[in-house]
Amino acid sequence: MRRVGVFVCWCGTNIAKTVDVQKVAAEAARLPGVVYATDYRYVCSEPGQKIVRDAIGEHNLDAVVVAACSPAMHEATFQRCIADAGLNPYVFQMANIREQCSWVHSDRELATAKALDQTAIAVGAAAKGKPLMRSEIPITKRALIIGGGIAGIQAALDIADAGYQVALVERQPSIGGRMAQFDKTFPTMDCSACILTPKMVDAARHPNIALHTWSEVESVSGYVGNFEVTIRKRARSVNLEKCTGCGICEEKCPSKVPSEFDAGLGMRRAVFRPFPQAVPNVPVIDRENCRYFKTGKCGICAKLCPAEAVDYDQGDELLKEKFGAVVVATGCDLYDPARMGEYGGGRFADVITGEQFERLVNVGGPTDGHIVRPSDHREPKTVVFIQCVGSRDDTKGYPYCSRVCCMYTAKHAILVKEKLPDAQVYIFYMDIRAAGKNYEEFVRRAQEELGVKYLRGRVSRIYPEGDKLRVKGADSLAGVAVEIDADLVVLATALRARDDVAEVARMLSIQTDQYGFFAEAHPKLRPVENLFAGIYLAGACQYPRDIPDTVAAASAAAAKVCVLFSRDSILSEPMIAEVNQARCSGCLTCEEVCPFDAIEATVITDMFTREKRTVAKVNEAVCQGCGGCVAACRSAALNLRGFTDEQVLAGMEALCRE
Amino acid sequence: MKIAYYPGCSLHATAKEFDLSTRAVCAALSVELAEIEDWNCCGATAAHALSDALAIGLAGRNLALAAQQNMKDLLAPCAACFGRLKYAAKALGAGRGELPESLDAQAAAGVKVRNILDVLLNVVGVERIKQQVSKPISGLRPAAYYGCFLVRPPEIAEFDDPENPTSMEQILEAVGAQPVEWHHRVECCGGSLAVTNTASAVRLVGEILAHAKSAGANCVAVACPMCQTNLDTRQAAAATRLGGELDLPVVYITELVGLAFGIEPAKLGLRRHMVDAMRLTRIAFSKPAELAATGG
Repeated sequence: MRRVGVFVCWCGTNIAKTVDVQKVAAEAARLPGVVYATDYRYVCSEPGQKIVRDAIGEHNLDAVVVAACSPAMHEATFQRCIADAGLNPYVFQMANIREQCSWVHSDRELATAKALDQTAIAVGAAAKGKPLMRSEIPITKRALIIGGGIAGIQAALDIADAGYQVALVERQPSIGGRMAQFDKTFPTMDCSACILTPKMVDAARHPNIALHTWSEVESVSGYVGNFEVTIRKRARSVNLEKCTGCGICEEKCPSKVPSEFDAGLGMRRAVFRPFPQAVPNVPVIDRENCRYFKTGKCGICAKLCPAEAVDYDQGDELLKEKFGAVVVATGCDLYDPARMGEYGGGRFADVITGEQFERLVNVGGPTDGHIVRPSDHREPKTVVFIQCVGSRDDTKGYPYCSRVCCMYTAKHAILVKEKLPDAQVYIFYMDIRAAGKNYEEFVRRAQEELGVKYLRGRVSRIYPEGDKLRVKGADSLAGVAVEIDADLVVLATALRARDDVAEVARMLSIQTDQYGFFAEAHPKLRPVENLFAGIYLAGACQYPRDIPDTVAAASAAAAKVCVLFSRDSILSEPMIAEVNQARCSGCLTCEEVCPFDAIEATVITDMFTREKRTVAKVNEAVCQGCGGCVAACRSAALNLRGFTDEQVLAGMEALCRE
Repeated sequence: MKIAYYPGCSLHATAKEFDLSTRAVCAALSVELAEIEDWNCCGATAAHALSDALAIGLAGRNLALAAQQNMKDLLAPCAACFGRLKYAAKALGAGRGELPESLDAQAAAGVKVRNILDVLLNVVGVERIKQQVSKPISGLRPAAYYGCFLVRPPEIAEFDDPENPTSMEQILEAVGAQPVEWHHRVECCGGSLAVTNTASAVRLVGEILAHAKSAGANCVAVACPMCQTNLDTRQAAAATRLGGELDLPVVYITELVGLAFGIEPAKLGLRRHMVDAMRLTRIAFSKPAELAATGG
């Protein structure tokens, strides 16, 4: 016979104001199976938990019910508490008489009656509960990092330094990501390449890091500690070992294509390195634009290469490897300015984006760092910056704030004033968000020391007037319309999720939010983990963010990976589905329904007929206990441990008994 | 092809030339226009500001009549009528507003409302227009002015690009004209302020026409009676305010298309403009080089 203890919580006045908790405790004491019931102000507190532990000992309880807040809040707390008192943590049931009762009702009598019903259901279920054991899942201590920008590089370095093997997969020919495109970084005005390249080189030379550039992760299956991954190393058409990085092939290649790295402002060749400090410093051939691959003619690079490193016959290589953890660091993309037709982005040559300005002002960029108008290469005398192009905009863009634009626009303005001291610089803004360390001071410097003119207002139209661009906007603080004839206009475009996030999310079985950014397990308390165990997030693929926050997130994700790898195995969550194979008909509906691919077919020998037949089997490490299969099973062969059909029915019976 | 024809108030009165030229062009293209029997005002001026129900009801009745008279497509040359009729069609389709019991609101919602540019480009097609051209108007460099209602609000008009439209240019090129590249094609002309704040309207008209002129235009093409009235009747005042000459005939695109089809200018309504538009017939058919030589 069960010995259930019931603990009803006041939760201060949260519950007690609406529910007569003492009455609930008194009535609960009379429920079948209950040998002890009491109430207390805050059961989750240290003294409250002591009362629970002491009661377990004194009254020899073998199951516990707490009627209090949501299990999402404190189920784990009480499970640990009763485990400390020697009980199996899974003979525990929680009745949510706060979020599901006192917080949504006002009639004291009715709420109290409902709270009692809820408690009765929990007692009924607890009476049928069984102790559950967690099993051990082995862990492969190798990490896969998808994305070779600063987030991926930082995470790789941290995990590798901790002594674990890392594979860093990057889709571009070189690692470096966005930071490689930048000129200076706010607020210190460090040269971006100067602080990035040492980390890039460290990553390339680290004995624990295997670098795969010009590569993509093609498929991921499995579960935490045991991911099976296929990586496609695309054919570079250049031998990585033989190439010396001399650059003759690039120099002599006759095919020119708009450079993605230069955001379309410059050209690159068909055989190319995206930037001079590329790691690895070995070019790739863009076969879609290479004359040899398109027409069979040319072949100059192969002829001229002194190391004979060009290899047109190279094919893609598929690597199949096992990893214990995956860090997603795939970064983000930018808003297409053509979506704001009134600004002329994409139509007027001298209306450019922040990314393009970054390339313009970078010494390694298409104009050697000279700030000039793309149309006629003259130096601009008046430069207008427009913030929030596509951000904080629920008609033509995204409702969110892209976080970095106020800072990088101030940075751009400072760079213009430093390189062209006689230029007039205006910035149209809505608000200034400078919430980082030394950020506000940085913006002030632009305004007060360098004379950048900040105008609070939106721009309604930009059109060519002669060889200038007429910018029509507003200065809302002065209450006037403003017209500026600019030589160059720079749009701070919104950061947005990449176009292929849906496929990546599907491949990894992770979720995205409504904008395509990957979802974290909890926005406040678990920012670098995903709900799918073993998958971690770092950087802008999760939300627009600047370099310090990205590096912090990358190191946090790395720390989480190291926590996972610090043991040889992890304990599985036992409240998962189990198959009664004697009842299973082998229809495998459950396999189709499972969102986590946690069910597979297996062949057993039937214990009665001695014949072989197919039944379903649950992979205990992957199953998340959602219960979808249990609902779908036509034979009632599936049950959810800790939430069995028997427990649910017992709860219903207890309710109806009254 | 038979299309319901909704002239609205203006095409029978101040925009008579739009009516004349539209009918002439459609006849030449074998598009049969059947004026809706017993049509009523679409409510463009005041209804939408007073009462959504009135706005939907007034405009919606015309759609219901068109459906009743067995017509699935409706041409409203006036851009404001076009906007209001489309708004009503969408509203009725979404279950908003009501019509008198004798009229079928669902059938009304199913009527496809088009403006003249839509009919020319998407019902007739550029190829057919080109075939009909007997006198290409290569001497004309029109500045195509779209105004507001043809392309905005985008979720109602659902036609062309609201910031950078090109439908008029496509039609003008098909009839041999050389539309100029200019950037005031969707700028406000102050039409709604023409009576209450005439000074602002005159200033805005001046800006538009001055930009058209400096882009090299020798005429302005429009597809809306409000645009035409404003840019035409206020041109003299605008020119005075600017202290120079503007001298840009403002004509409906259908008048230009009609010229290219060899239709008599008078039949198109070309005599009915404030800024003389008949002179266009003298330069319309010259080759561009000749035109440059004579300074046209």
